[in-house]
Amino acid sequence: MLRALPVTVVLGIIAVIWYAGAVWLNAQWVYDQADRAGTVVTFAEVVPQTMAQDRPLLPPPHQVAAELWDGVAGQAVTSKRSLVYHAFKTLQATLLGFGLGIALGVGLAVAIVYSRTMEKSVMPWAIISQTVPIVALAPMIIVMASQAGIEGKMIPKGIIACYLSFFPVLVGMVKGLRSPDAMQLDLLATYNASGLQNFLKLRLPSSMPYFFASLKVAIAAALVGAIVGELPSGATEGLGARMLVGSQFGRPLDMWAALFAAAILAGLLIVLVGWLERVLRRRMGVVA
Amino acid sequence: MIWVIGALAFWAVAWWLNVRLARLSLQGPARAVVPALFGVTLLVVWEGLVRGLEVSPVILPPPSAIGAALARSFAVLWVDVVATFVKGALTGFFIGCSAAFLVTLLIDRWPFFRDGLLPICNFVAALPIVGIAPIMVMWFGFGWESKAAVVVIMVFFPVLVNMVAGLAATDRMQRDLMETYAASYWQTLVKLRLPAAMPFLFNGLKIASTLALIGAIVAEFFGSPIYGMGFRISTEVGQLGLDMVWAVIAVAALAGSLFYGAIALIERRVTFWHPSQRN
Repeated sequence: MLRALPVTVVLGIIAVIWYAGAVWLNAQWVYDQADRAGTVVTFAEVVPQTMAQDRPLLPPPHQVAAELWDGVAGQAVTSKRSLVYHAFKTLQATLLGFGLGIALGVGLAVAIVYSRTMEKSVMPWAIISQTVPIVALAPMIIVMASQAGIEGKMIPKGIIACYLSFFPVLVGMVKGLRSPDAMQLDLLATYNASGLQNFLKLRLPSSMPYFFASLKVAIAAALVGAIVGELPSGATEGLGARMLVGSQFGRPLDMWAALFAAAILAGLLIVLVGWLERVLRRRMGVVA
Repeated sequence: MIWVIGALAFWAVAWWLNVRLARLSLQGPARAVVPALFGVTLLVVWEGLVRGLEVSPVILPPPSAIGAALARSFAVLWVDVVATFVKGALTGFFIGCSAAFLVTLLIDRWPFFRDGLLPICNFVAALPIVGIAPIMVMWFGFGWESKAAVVVIMVFFPVLVNMVAGLAATDRMQRDLMETYAASYWQTLVKLRLPAAMPFLFNGLKIASTLALIGAIVAEFFGSPIYGMGFRISTEVGQLGLDMVWAVIAVAALAGSLFYGAIALIERRVTFWHPSQRN
């Protein structure tokens, strides 16, 4: 309760600033309209009109909330106007990329931990790969996939999501697999443990906290990747496509609703990963 | 066929050499030899396989064609880099990072605001902020200002979150020592807490440096003048000029790596005392 108070106050302040900004940015349009009609409007008349425009520069929070509610609950789930439908399309690509990213990240991490050559050769390039803006690759991955005869937008979107999400997993797992100290490794050596047993019983379990910490970063990155992957592909499905369409057809409310839908999706995914972590930790016998 | 065999043979030789080199403990700039050799191997295998298997240049052009495109359109690419990287990404990066730095100092004085802002900023830092790109393009137009605005918002949250963590990184004993010296708030801040926050700040700056380029390029997908790296990529993909697209990507990678490297270098000078910098 004590911790919720500051957050509520700050959220309140943000809402006040938002409303003020909406009045300030949207008032110009009202004045222009009045000017054209040859009438004069007072400030008290302007304010309500800034709250309910069709194409506001900055829609006030309640307008965004109404649009979001309409998109989520006001449409059939299978309708193209439904945000649930678009969010589901984005979620599919996100989870595909997330899965691929985990596999690639963990695989590379194991190779790096066990091979000095791999570490020296691959690690610098893994870092450089993240300084390459993936969004620059996105349009090309989509063209390459369609040239290679891959149907649908799912796989290229998944690849982009994978590219963004593998790196946090790689870094976290390398750290995690190296986290057992010499004493623990020595103990297993005295048990005459094989390399595989060493990996399964010591290195893997001790890497789990690092693994989940990086999963939370990776799932957020995968969502960014999936959304970015929808931008240049001419995709008609997904939250990113929804933003692009809203931008091209001048429907700011669509853009804002899609943006908040993406934010909610990100929040849900992070909560889900956190929940998975707690379940797994309990099953592994860690006292929470 | 000869290309494929040649490429695979080169790969085998280079790998054998790298295994040998990795065993030696090289010092100084020589440490870059192993990753450099790995990179060259990738390029050779790429070139050999693309030529040997006769992959269409529309799917994957060989590195030599990309190099040729790079040399051919150097002037065009330079204009793109200036528009996207220097004007969009760098301007936004500096504004966003300074804003985050100042806001942190401001909210540091009122713990109430810090407690309220931090969970929100932590949450926002994990959101797909690139989504605000179309809104910024709507507000600031097609020029570099809208790209810089996207970058400002993207880099703001990671830097703020790291900076707040950094200011909290001093331990009780150190603060007590400052107390016994009768140090004022500002003296404690400048002499103890800011230096201690530097490793965290640079961590945030490094994350922000890659976000900055992403933000600037994504914003160009939503509208741009007739130059810029994002614009170049989308138009060249449309014409299937894939060698040019790869050339832009190579330039973007180079710019991104140099930017990251510059920050790492400054970090080395500023936080020379930190254990991670002392090898």
